[in-house]
Amino acid sequence: MTAQTHSAAEYALELRGIDKHFGAVHANKNIDLKVEKGTIHGIVGENGAGKSTLMSIIYGFYEADQGDIAIDGQVLKIKDSKTAIASGIGMVHQHFMLIQNFTALENVVLGAESGELIDDSLDKARTELNRLSDEFGLSVPLDQPVEELSVGFQQRIEILKALYRGARILILDEPTGVLTPQETEHLFKVLDSLKAQGTTVILITHKLREILAATDNVSVMRRGEMVAHVKTAETTQEDLAELMVGRKVLLRVDKGDSAPGDVKLSVRNLSMTDSAGVKRLDNVSLDVRAGEIVGIAGVSGNGQSELLETLAGITPVDSGTIDLNGHTLDAQHPMNPSQVRKAGIGHIPEDRHRMGLINTFSAYEAFVLGYHRNHEYNGALQMKQGAIIEDCKEKMERWDVRPQDPYLKTANFSGGNQQKLVIAREIEQNPDVLLIGQPTRGVDIGAIESIHKRILEMRDAGKAILLVSVELDEIRSLSDRILVMFDGTIVGEVPADKADERTLGLMMANIVPDEIKALQAEESA
Amino acid sequence: MELFDSIILILDATLRNATPLIFAALAGMFSERSGIVNIALEGKILISAFAGASAAYYTGSPWMGLLAGIMASVVFAQLHAFATVTHNGDHVVSGLAINILAAGLTAAVGNYWFSQGGNTPNLVSRAEELNARFEPIVFPFAEALSDVPIIGGIYSELLSGHYILVYLAFLAVPLCWFVLFRTRFGLRLRATGENPQAVDTAGISVTQVRYLALLVCGVLAGFAGVYLAVALTAQFSPNMSAGKGYMALAALIFGKWRPKTTMLACLLFGALLAIADRSQGAVILGFEVPVQLVEALPYILTVVLLGGFIGRAIAPKAIGKPYVKERA
Repeated sequence: MTAQTHSAAEYALELRGIDKHFGAVHANKNIDLKVEKGTIHGIVGENGAGKSTLMSIIYGFYEADQGDIAIDGQVLKIKDSKTAIASGIGMVHQHFMLIQNFTALENVVLGAESGELIDDSLDKARTELNRLSDEFGLSVPLDQPVEELSVGFQQRIEILKALYRGARILILDEPTGVLTPQETEHLFKVLDSLKAQGTTVILITHKLREILAATDNVSVMRRGEMVAHVKTAETTQEDLAELMVGRKVLLRVDKGDSAPGDVKLSVRNLSMTDSAGVKRLDNVSLDVRAGEIVGIAGVSGNGQSELLETLAGITPVDSGTIDLNGHTLDAQHPMNPSQVRKAGIGHIPEDRHRMGLINTFSAYEAFVLGYHRNHEYNGALQMKQGAIIEDCKEKMERWDVRPQDPYLKTANFSGGNQQKLVIAREIEQNPDVLLIGQPTRGVDIGAIESIHKRILEMRDAGKAILLVSVELDEIRSLSDRILVMFDGTIVGEVPADKADERTLGLMMANIVPDEIKALQAEESA
Repeated sequence: MELFDSIILILDATLRNATPLIFAALAGMFSERSGIVNIALEGKILISAFAGASAAYYTGSPWMGLLAGIMASVVFAQLHAFATVTHNGDHVVSGLAINILAAGLTAAVGNYWFSQGGNTPNLVSRAEELNARFEPIVFPFAEALSDVPIIGGIYSELLSGHYILVYLAFLAVPLCWFVLFRTRFGLRLRATGENPQAVDTAGISVTQVRYLALLVCGVLAGFAGVYLAVALTAQFSPNMSAGKGYMALAALIFGKWRPKTTMLACLLFGALLAIADRSQGAVILGFEVPVQLVEALPYILTVVLLGGFIGRAIAPKAIGKPYVKERA
């Protein structure tokens, strides 16, 4: 019994034997976890390791099949989010849980109203929020609709929401995915000051560097199991990666020097305005040569997606010209995606679910999407089913897509294998230019390694590659030159060897450091 | 003076025509703002008209008719909630099912009870000494002022002498605005229509909000149906809703899901209906205007205006989507 009282004082959150099935999937297996009060506790694991499921159980979004949750030493039955909130648990979801056309104030008040009429609740919340934002450096415009605010502000609103409800345990699920390095730094400062006030923070992320920078303890999950609990000070990125994957992983790809050849893709003064009248691309110019990888860095939503879609022929060009492997694409010479492909351009779209695949199609059908008119797949009347399936088997083998079943529905492959389907499809057509968007989004570390190796192989085979990614590490380890985008324009160019985190971070916020300016001036002179 | 009188008469008819549309559109507003597409307004109006007329006939009281109509409509609305919220059914399909059910059920049961081809007996009958219809409310001095030019027309003809439900419809507009935009219930309801997952994670039951929203919807749609059968006419006849539910839905979209603008849209549609009534056989430039064309105007207008003149109508974001907890 004395041990019980001891743990009451020490642990803000304790999980004992949490187990959760979704149909045949065993998402959480007998999970034990102890989170010390007033610490920042990291939880790492690959996609699908069960981190989000576990947090959703703590937050009452799902109920565990088995196991106990103890808050401050007391075992509680958390059957819904309401109970979780009442027990002092707050959660900042990866996809913000905000009502887009409500103001920040209304969003905070929703579900925590003080009475039947909202005016009183809003007044009360305003006073309290002003206090909280002063204390923790979380100021936000309270009266603007959330949809008009940046993601950084939206995240602050989520944190304020939790604090306003009196959260003593704050869970953040992949909070830095949408932030610039500087915003991330600010977030970690906020978390530190929360910790100083006695709040317990649980930080879920797949970015190992952030775990090392921000946490006190870290727990590692792999395939639904908790495989290790370590003190952050006593571990390294390499150790954590190995624990996550279950084998040694190369975090950095070995990259030889590039040997750039002729310009294969050339963009001049490209501008694009969307249907809402917002300028998405503003006078963008860039070149990509054969045998080099040009990376586009930037916080998501600064025109990268629009750039890729315009180059792929999905969005028409407003003004400016594009030279695609010797073919002109501009307002007078529009091309559709099929024509762009014929011109020798491969496109790996940013969002494989929205653009790259059709979830209900079998793997062999997924392998011909976009190339279904190709001669080798078509007979006089119908498609050559047999040939397509044979072709698919061969490619699956070469790309190590698992399981190697051409009839399996796309949706039933893991994220990494789905991505391999898309990448294999595009690369196997042997294009001269590759447009690659977020090649490793939602892909586990093991698969990332092999995808990165393939991309570098393509470069060494003399392809011109344009790589868009919001993962700075990915951009830095693959690119030969890095362009930074902000608000639809290219802020500047950095050679890969000069591209440190700080420089890129500043440029992503539209601040160009002097040494980069000097470099650019030198080049144009 | 004749022109003035005609205008007063048209405006007078506009108020009468707009009343069921306003009730129904407000009913739709509660449902759609919570995220449930309400194509079933038509069926809810019809069932409440039938229940209202039947109850009024048997009890001899229009108020009992109102109560019965509201109850019937609420039952149908909760059925709609059961299909769409509890079982995540398709909103449009289940809504259509409700419309078909209401059309068939009212005619069949009506025929079984009253044997008048689906009609209810007339609610006003000297032989049976029955008067179960709502009485018009005459304002003070309306009689005395009726001969005064202008003022008499406006006060005695246009404003005075309507059924109480007409006045209630116009009172319901600011009331619904208050509930939707100034109360906790309204805040949660609007949030549910935009992002039910956010509502769920804020510790609010999406199911509960949507059931409540449809409860309010049922009550308001009940007023619309009872008005048709127990006030505007004194009898239920099969399919008497005649597309009012769809028209109300159009007014709701046209009014961008906001109370005041929706009321204005209902008034516009009401005016068009009034003009259609009065222009039977009217001759313009030597051609007789086909009355069908005038009757189609509200619908044509909806299509044209939505097509671009009023800008995009932004619907609640989560409308029509069943809320299923996704695996994160």
